[in-house]
Amino acid sequence: MIRLAETAGKLPGVVVSREYKYACSDPGQDMIVQDVRKYGLNRVVVASCSPHLHELTFRKTVATAGQNPYLFHMVNIREHVSWVTEDPEAATAKAEALVKAAVLRAAFLRELEPRRFPVNPNVLVVGGGIAGIHTALTLANANKQVYLVEREPTIGGHMAQFDKTFPTLDCAACILTPKMTAVKQHPNIHLMTYCEVGEVSGFVGSFKVKVKKYPRYIDEDKCTGCGECIEACIFKEGKTPSEFDVGLSKRKPVYLSFPQAVPPIPVIDPEACIEFKSHKCPKSCVEACGDRAAIDFTQTTREVELEVGAVVVATGFKPFDARRLPQYGYGKHPNVYTSLEVERLVNASGPTLGQVVMRDGRKPESIGVLHCIGSRDENTNRYCSRVCCMYSLKLAHLLKEKTGAHIYNFYIDMRTPGKGFEEFYKRLLEEGISCIRGKVAEVSTWPQSPAEEGKLVLRVEDTLLGAVRRIPVDMVVLSVGLEPQADSGQTGRLFNLGCSSDGWFLERHPKLAPVDTFTDGVFLAGCCQGPKDIPDTVAQGGVAAAQSLALIDKGCVEIEPVTAFIDQEICSGCQICIAMCPYTAIQFDSEKSVAALNEALCKGCGTCVAACPSGAAQQNLFLDEQLFAEVQGVLV
Amino acid sequence: MAKPKVAFYWCSSCGGCEEAVVDLAEGILQVVEAVDIVFWPVALDFKRRDVEAMPDGAIDVCFINGAIRMSEQEAMANLLRRKSKLVIAYGSCAWMGGIPGLANLTSKKAIFDYVYHQAPTISNGSAVEPLPRTDVPEGELELPEFYEKVKTLDQSIEVDYYLPGCPPTPKITLEAVEAILKGALPEKGSVLAGDRALCHECKANASKPEKLLIKEFKRIQEVIPDLSKCLLAQGLLCLGPVTRGGCEARCLKAGMPCTGCFGPLEKVHDYGAKALSALASIVDSRDEAELARIFDAIPDPAGTFYRYSLPASLLGGRRQVTSDK
Repeated sequence: MIRLAETAGKLPGVVVSREYKYACSDPGQDMIVQDVRKYGLNRVVVASCSPHLHELTFRKTVATAGQNPYLFHMVNIREHVSWVTEDPEAATAKAEALVKAAVLRAAFLRELEPRRFPVNPNVLVVGGGIAGIHTALTLANANKQVYLVEREPTIGGHMAQFDKTFPTLDCAACILTPKMTAVKQHPNIHLMTYCEVGEVSGFVGSFKVKVKKYPRYIDEDKCTGCGECIEACIFKEGKTPSEFDVGLSKRKPVYLSFPQAVPPIPVIDPEACIEFKSHKCPKSCVEACGDRAAIDFTQTTREVELEVGAVVVATGFKPFDARRLPQYGYGKHPNVYTSLEVERLVNASGPTLGQVVMRDGRKPESIGVLHCIGSRDENTNRYCSRVCCMYSLKLAHLLKEKTGAHIYNFYIDMRTPGKGFEEFYKRLLEEGISCIRGKVAEVSTWPQSPAEEGKLVLRVEDTLLGAVRRIPVDMVVLSVGLEPQADSGQTGRLFNLGCSSDGWFLERHPKLAPVDTFTDGVFLAGCCQGPKDIPDTVAQGGVAAAQSLALIDKGCVEIEPVTAFIDQEICSGCQICIAMCPYTAIQFDSEKSVAALNEALCKGCGTCVAACPSGAAQQNLFLDEQLFAEVQGVLV
Repeated sequence: MAKPKVAFYWCSSCGGCEEAVVDLAEGILQVVEAVDIVFWPVALDFKRRDVEAMPDGAIDVCFINGAIRMSEQEAMANLLRRKSKLVIAYGSCAWMGGIPGLANLTSKKAIFDYVYHQAPTISNGSAVEPLPRTDVPEGELELPEFYEKVKTLDQSIEVDYYLPGCPPTPKITLEAVEAILKGALPEKGSVLAGDRALCHECKANASKPEKLLIKEFKRIQEVIPDLSKCLLAQGLLCLGPVTRGGCEARCLKAGMPCTGCFGPLEKVHDYGAKALSALASIVDSRDEAELARIFDAIPDPAGTFYRYSLPASLLGGRRQVTSDK
């Protein structure tokens, strides 16, 4: 660093160059202010960490010293150099080149003023699981208008499918459904189910969002939620696997996801409905609906445009697909279940009304619960899904309670870091559940002894015993991990979000900005940011709401002046830029025969700058001479 | 006051720039009236030794056209620079390398191979190639050296002003002469032509559609364009938006799309790259196969976009891949 400061001091235009360990600290900033004043400096370059963290800090420092904040330039020698270059000599040489580039560039910096825009006080919450519900309610209670968009026909998300919640064994539905109803009744929440965000434009404070509203074929304004159409459907029994019961029950073509669904308005599935297939259905549902006339087979996908100031992305997760690990026989052996299926199976309002009856009609006498299916596994996901140990113990408790069966839990490590979690584990051990430390290798149906006849045989290395064991059971529960939604990449592109290598949305800072993203005005809540349990999800939803409120109540945002401008002395009026501008910010001034740019509409995308054949269109902070100077500094 | 002394010289050029001086028509009489031509090999019988005999700085203005292809041209350019107060690069070849500069897409070796061995009209039994020095019984013979690359004039000598064009039009030539005579020259290094791209002075510019987007490039032999409308909008590859104006859009008036001889504007660093990025921007397709089909209609992209400016471009020409590593 000392050498870097020395070489920087010899660069053209450099008056003073210093090495300082914590330049972002108060004394560090004060040193810059003093130097600017003492030497009358009109450009400041700091080579340190990421501009994401401290560009703003130093811009403010420069402003404190009485200079325009945009006369500051920052060099990232942390991510760009020290973190990625092993050889100290090479790293220093690289840092010197980058500092030279910055110093040459700095000579061409111009004074700029940030642009101020008002913040639209409405918020979009994407996803109606517990994260989205809690965020929406918090914001609505603060008197903000919230658009809650959910692509399923009902809100509730995965939590609505759960039976009890660990470690308190609260009934999930009992604590969730009041919040769902509160959403529906809240005057400040505009609930949009069966809808998906299609397009997002704009920026912090003024996003424009296009939402696709899929056809329910039932008019939400006319439907009273009486359910008579479902009763009247000519299908006496359902034939389509129920999404809500994870295929363990069948539903009709016209259906309500579950009795407490919000909104309580049925949906018609055009794939299953005879009227859509043959147009020959007697339409007993329409008859049953009668004068309410809510059923409308002509509905099509509509597009709704919203304007919001902030967005909370709470799009959740998908359970790991157990079929990807064929050694556990899911989909092959009928008595192998996923954990989500068991949630429905033990639920009093589930497909078996809470009776644990297996697919072959028997009641299990022994059950194996396999942890870490699709988690902590080099072949699938390397991360820990965080909730599986606890929900596996919870399911073990519920299954034991309902069946009296002997329960084995097979774990790699028992992870119980939460309030009351370890106590819950102790309680389970006292209840007589066998916890075997080892990852099950396979589930087979090949008996090697009479005791294994007709059983599912688990082969596992018991690492505490130091032996490979074969354990016959009647029922296997695969505790599947959590994965990003299948279309999370698309969601990420919509909102310009980054992803971790596992595909979870990236927070702005893992510790200090856990719900912010790299897109200002877009926040994260719940499992879309990474696996977490219900309390953490709710806490994060609250934080996302608070961050949105902080943004809205400030009233206005300052946007970097990265706008383009057109030098009308050079512009030939060739009009190539006009067709390029995605924001129609450029108009042709036919009187002067040149292009005219409306700065208020310009978003600074730079398309016109690249297209302009005269060099008349230029972009603030990215002027040609700045970029050329920078390149020259690195290369020459 | 004595008449200003003026010299004309040509380097690697086609002779069109010399024609352009003559093409001043009756205007040439005013020029001849106003100045004293001291050197003009193509028209008047002066020799190199006449120039050498002049004191340094004796010539007031020297117009040099053509690029620098050979050592002899560079030597003459150096000599004239020494003898002249002002050197003006006359025409696109002197300014940017011009058509001869397209030779930078190949190498000296490839050129010699073709010209002295492969060309169908060549019969070179003893496979002789010109050499800078050859020993014969009578002594040593000397030939100018053929350079590896074509250079612009200002890559060899300091140039004061540039007159663009292939060739420069009578209007800008006369305006330049007038400016010199009146002593009303702009900042040194200026290009003495328009300050904006050609569209600004093209009559057809007003006819452009609201959104200038192109689905297909056509070649001039394929269409009879409507001259009252923008040629680019009609699919003809007109480089007017990229090219410095000042030529009065003479080609366009005759139905020829602009090929870019007036070169880039002041803020543009690389003419061909700018032309490419501008035209690629307005091609109206997002389908890769369709894009490939649209661009296939441009038969020689390097020759089209760098027709006059290859030696002056950022790359300067094709980078030779050395295989003997």
